[in-house]
Amino acid sequence: MEVARFWRTTGQRYQLVGEICPSCGEKIFPPRDVCPACDKEAKTPYTFSGKGEVYSYSTIYSAPEGFEKYAPYTVALVRLAEGPLVTAQLTDVDARDVKVGMPVEMVTRVLREDGERGMVVYGYKFRPQQLQTAS
Amino acid sequence: MRDVSIIGIGQVKVGEHWDKSLRELGYYALRAAMQDARIERIDALFVGNMLSGELTGQEHLGAIIADFAGLKGVEAVKVEAACGSGAAALRMGHIAVAGGMADVVACIGVEKMTDKQNASVTSALAMAADNDYEALHGLSFVSINALLMRRYMHEHGYKKEDFAPFAINAHANAVNNPYAMFQAPVTQKQFAEAKMIADPINLLDSSPIADGAACVILAPTSIAKEFTDKPVRIRASAIATDTVAVHDRRDPLFLEGGAISAQKAYAMAGVGPHDIDLFELHDAFTIMSALSLEAAGFAPRGKGVALALDGEIGLGGRIPITTMGGLKARGHPVGATGMYQIVEVATQLRGEAGANQIQDARLGMAQNIGGSGATVVTTILEGP
Repeated sequence: MEVARFWRTTGQRYQLVGEICPSCGEKIFPPRDVCPACDKEAKTPYTFSGKGEVYSYSTIYSAPEGFEKYAPYTVALVRLAEGPLVTAQLTDVDARDVKVGMPVEMVTRVLREDGERGMVVYGYKFRPQQLQTAS
Repeated sequence: MRDVSIIGIGQVKVGEHWDKSLRELGYYALRAAMQDARIERIDALFVGNMLSGELTGQEHLGAIIADFAGLKGVEAVKVEAACGSGAAALRMGHIAVAGGMADVVACIGVEKMTDKQNASVTSALAMAADNDYEALHGLSFVSINALLMRRYMHEHGYKKEDFAPFAINAHANAVNNPYAMFQAPVTQKQFAEAKMIADPINLLDSSPIADGAACVILAPTSIAKEFTDKPVRIRASAIATDTVAVHDRRDPLFLEGGAISAQKAYAMAGVGPHDIDLFELHDAFTIMSALSLEAAGFAPRGKGVALALDGEIGLGGRIPITTMGGLKARGHPVGATGMYQIVEVATQLRGEAGANQIQDARLGMAQNIGGSGATVVTTILEGP
């Protein structure tokens, strides 16, 4: 993966920074600069909570180049609490326990490693929501 | 705007052509179509292709194929819209002839996929998806369709095996298509036992990667009879787009691009779904068959699978689909697929489909899908 491409998307991949539309209040992830709800320009940053639930999921047995060593792994569409859907891997869960509607939360993990001398790409994955501990 | 007809069709057998290059495949289909139309020159050439750069290291396909075919000086360009490239090339040809900028135009769809290993092809296909927000997270193109299929099963209450009729129908029809990759039937049992690719999509939900090329020749309808006794009129062609990433759609289970392009095509032709005698849809995966049937108005939301379970998609059914094998069994050389669909609909409308002939077929429709619905091309043809 190219350094510049990696660098310019760190905000969204490390912290789920998307946008909020100043015109209609729509919360947008991934960031896309034109609001999908009202078509006005939307460039105000907004950090998502990382909480959501599984909308759909699939376990991949035949992986693309660069991901073969991780197979099988489970991917999902996650409905974020603020509204948008996001595509990501699930982690810290047995594939057989995943269900539509399962509450999940964002964590930062290694997405891929480009060989011994290449980049290690980090980004968001989602795991089952941990029980709230008393503070 | 001029009325446009298909005056010639040509195709090569879909398969693993280790002995043939991309340019040879394209040329063979072009030559067959030119012979069918009894012509030796064309005014322009549109080449539909998705992955030549990634899989064969060759771009500039318009010039490469024109050069190889000996068409010195001819206007020629490549058209790319992921797996919708083939029908997109037809749409460009249609625009050129209808607009009066060219008279005799060749539209080719060509793809060469089997030189590379599986993981490389899987990665290349994922370029049809959103690279930064889908492929980067390890999603294959199959898995994106798997996410749609799982959600469809969840919302509409279907079981995995309910999708089998799409694959069984496609294979049954491919038996009689000499150009199909798999001329062999499959059974419900084979479907149930097939290897899982991206759960719940297994090998028999999926169309195979392959090499192939298909071609049609277009001319104004006013002069079409000079070339052929059986011109096939293009009643409509329409392209619509949707978000590339599935997660950006308001309702991932409805192919809005498919609905818009179908509505545009119906309006242009002045017909509706009930007028269509056969429908070559984009069964890259069984779930896409269901979503395409629903987007094009042949089934209500969530009833695309029920239509198949009710036996209405067979050759004698209410709306026959994949009549020559579809992507599933004819094979899916991605950028060529849309042109195979056009050639197959034309074959049916010319009454040349042999054992698979739909009786009295007059209007046929094809829907070619790029990505998971980001580009959708709908074409309506009328027989002679």
